[in-house]
Amino acid sequence: MTSTVEDNRQVASEVRAAGINEALTVMPDEKGHFGPYGGQFVSEILMTALAELDQAYRHLKNDKNFLAEFHHDLEHYVGRPSPLYFAERLTKQMGGARIMLKREDLNHTGAHKINNCIGQALLAKYMGKPRVIAETGAGQHGVASATVAARFGLKCRVYMGSDDIARQSPNVYRMKLLGAEVVPVTSGSRTLKDALSEAMRDWVTNVDDTYYIIGTVAGPHPYPMLVRDFQSVIGIEARAQCLKQFGTMPDAVVACVGGGSNAMGIFYPFLEDRDVRLIGVEPAGHGLETGQHAAPLSRGKIGILQGNRTYLMQDSDGQVLDTYSISAGLDYPGVGPEHAWLKDIKRAEYVAVDDKQALHAFRQLNRLEGILPALESAHGLAYAMDLAATMSKDEIIIVNLSGRGDKDIPTMAKLDGISLD
Amino acid sequence: MSRIADCFQRLADNHQKALVVYVVAGDPSPAVTVPLMHDMVASGASIIELGVPFTDPEAEGPVIQLAHERAMRHRVSLRDAIAMVASFREQDTVTPVVLMGYINPIEAMGYEAFAALAASAGVDGTILVNVPPEEGQVLDKALISQDLDPIYLLAPTTPEARARMVFERTRGFTYYVSVKGTTGAGNLDIDEVTRRVAGFKAYATTPIVVGFGIKDGESAAQVARVSDGAVVGTALVSLMAANEQDPVRLRAAVTELVADMRTAMDAVS
Repeated sequence: MTSTVEDNRQVASEVRAAGINEALTVMPDEKGHFGPYGGQFVSEILMTALAELDQAYRHLKNDKNFLAEFHHDLEHYVGRPSPLYFAERLTKQMGGARIMLKREDLNHTGAHKINNCIGQALLAKYMGKPRVIAETGAGQHGVASATVAARFGLKCRVYMGSDDIARQSPNVYRMKLLGAEVVPVTSGSRTLKDALSEAMRDWVTNVDDTYYIIGTVAGPHPYPMLVRDFQSVIGIEARAQCLKQFGTMPDAVVACVGGGSNAMGIFYPFLEDRDVRLIGVEPAGHGLETGQHAAPLSRGKIGILQGNRTYLMQDSDGQVLDTYSISAGLDYPGVGPEHAWLKDIKRAEYVAVDDKQALHAFRQLNRLEGILPALESAHGLAYAMDLAATMSKDEIIIVNLSGRGDKDIPTMAKLDGISLD
Repeated sequence: MSRIADCFQRLADNHQKALVVYVVAGDPSPAVTVPLMHDMVASGASIIELGVPFTDPEAEGPVIQLAHERAMRHRVSLRDAIAMVASFREQDTVTPVVLMGYINPIEAMGYEAFAALAASAGVDGTILVNVPPEEGQVLDKALISQDLDPIYLLAPTTPEARARMVFERTRGFTYYVSVKGTTGAGNLDIDEVTRRVAGFKAYATTPIVVGFGIKDGESAAQVARVSDGAVVGTALVSLMAANEQDPVRLRAAVTELVADMRTAMDAVS
């Protein structure tokens, strides 16, 4: 029932044959709008750079050499395809639908983030930009960016909120080992959104020689589109693997949503499979009713931040609210505009899971399957576990296990009162 | 005629260039803002850009970011900034005031509600840093229906075809951002500014003012010589930080800087 090396090779060749452009549906429109969402809300200085990027991407996504390099690196450097793994003991424990894990945690650098970074580093290379910058929350995108910068010989600077630097120290050191410069951001809430603003400021200043690798499906057009396209390899593989293993589509696909790149990556190839439920799981932090969470799709209002219109955590004056989640990678007040659109047209459902539920799922997966998930991914898993219990045994849920939890060991040990020093 | 058009006409009649001053509403404290606006006009400012505080001022350098943070500590909102303009208008019905900032507070208020409130308070236009013309079409309708000017920006990276499009949309005046970077960044490259502004002038539909990198009388005069006006922001806002605890010294320092710039600009006009 579980995938084998042979299956994986088969899927890899199918993915290559499909090409990333096969996965494109109609959205966004030419100016980057998903219905009322998305767009290019940036300063005039960046409009020309964004137009150049859009043009380069539209050309390169159909360029044979570019695609060949992208898929070559996904296979030989990232280690794709990632397995679709049957979590048998977890399934038995929940007593319902089969829980299948899309093992993005097994990718090089430990998360789905690397897929997008390979794609964007190649864009940087083809566009002749010698320097890349990135923002990071949990540090996974920063590590992935620093990694591809080393791999492609690019100069790299990563902006990271000073609060996040404190709670994700292993990743900070890792980025430095990779030769990247890590710049602490002390403005605003000192987390992911402030790191993104600081990266934008770097970009307007160094726009001639610098490529900005945005890590999620947010920011101004064309980023939400191109990050989704690069990440859609997850869904293309999962769909083919599910068909191969079961001869049928899954009943539900579940993924955590911060900015929403792993969710968009796995949802997108299933968008036209209307019977497949797509469920995004936001972080409810201490609980939606407490206001201390990072769940704009569940509790936010429509607003504009960091280049796009989307659901946003904000007060009645339009000021952006501080967010909270135990998971640094989900601690963001906005969300990718395509998710906002999928919510409104009801093609995807969005729910929220609090810290406690995520921590429970985190521990269960360790004990029952021997897998250490990222705290981010544990949010999706927690919802999928409860959902599985309400479904029948012949139904199938795919959970995007978007990253591994090594980086969260210090946080978990602290919660358990264990000193690692 | 609008206050902005009136203002440029008056300046032309007097052979002067516009001195555009930027301060953040409520920085360093809400009580200081309206008196400062009057002081700046008395010492030679032509147009006031009143910054609307925002949690995420993503196009600003460190100096103006901190100004937003200081104002946010007093919870100064878009509504408060508009109220400050209304208060300013009790004594000054001539000097144009434009609101400068980010779109989200306006999005939250609603475009039509904002335009109506701003117009009734005596606001003359908006400069929205993160709204290029492509994203401003709906907002522009609301603004223009209330006789407010949507003022758009040009940058060193703006190619000619795009600049022509910007001039079809901008009203009142156009703001040329002279440096690639955030506010307060870099040094003025006056040759480059001269070249670009001269290029724009061939098809410009409004006066062009130049901002970024103008810190003193000398740089203001250089810019005034080749354009319709100079914008000073970071240099003024630095004075707020330096004199945060002493409003008397603050007002004296602001008055001195604005007067120096006016004198230097008038010497070359």
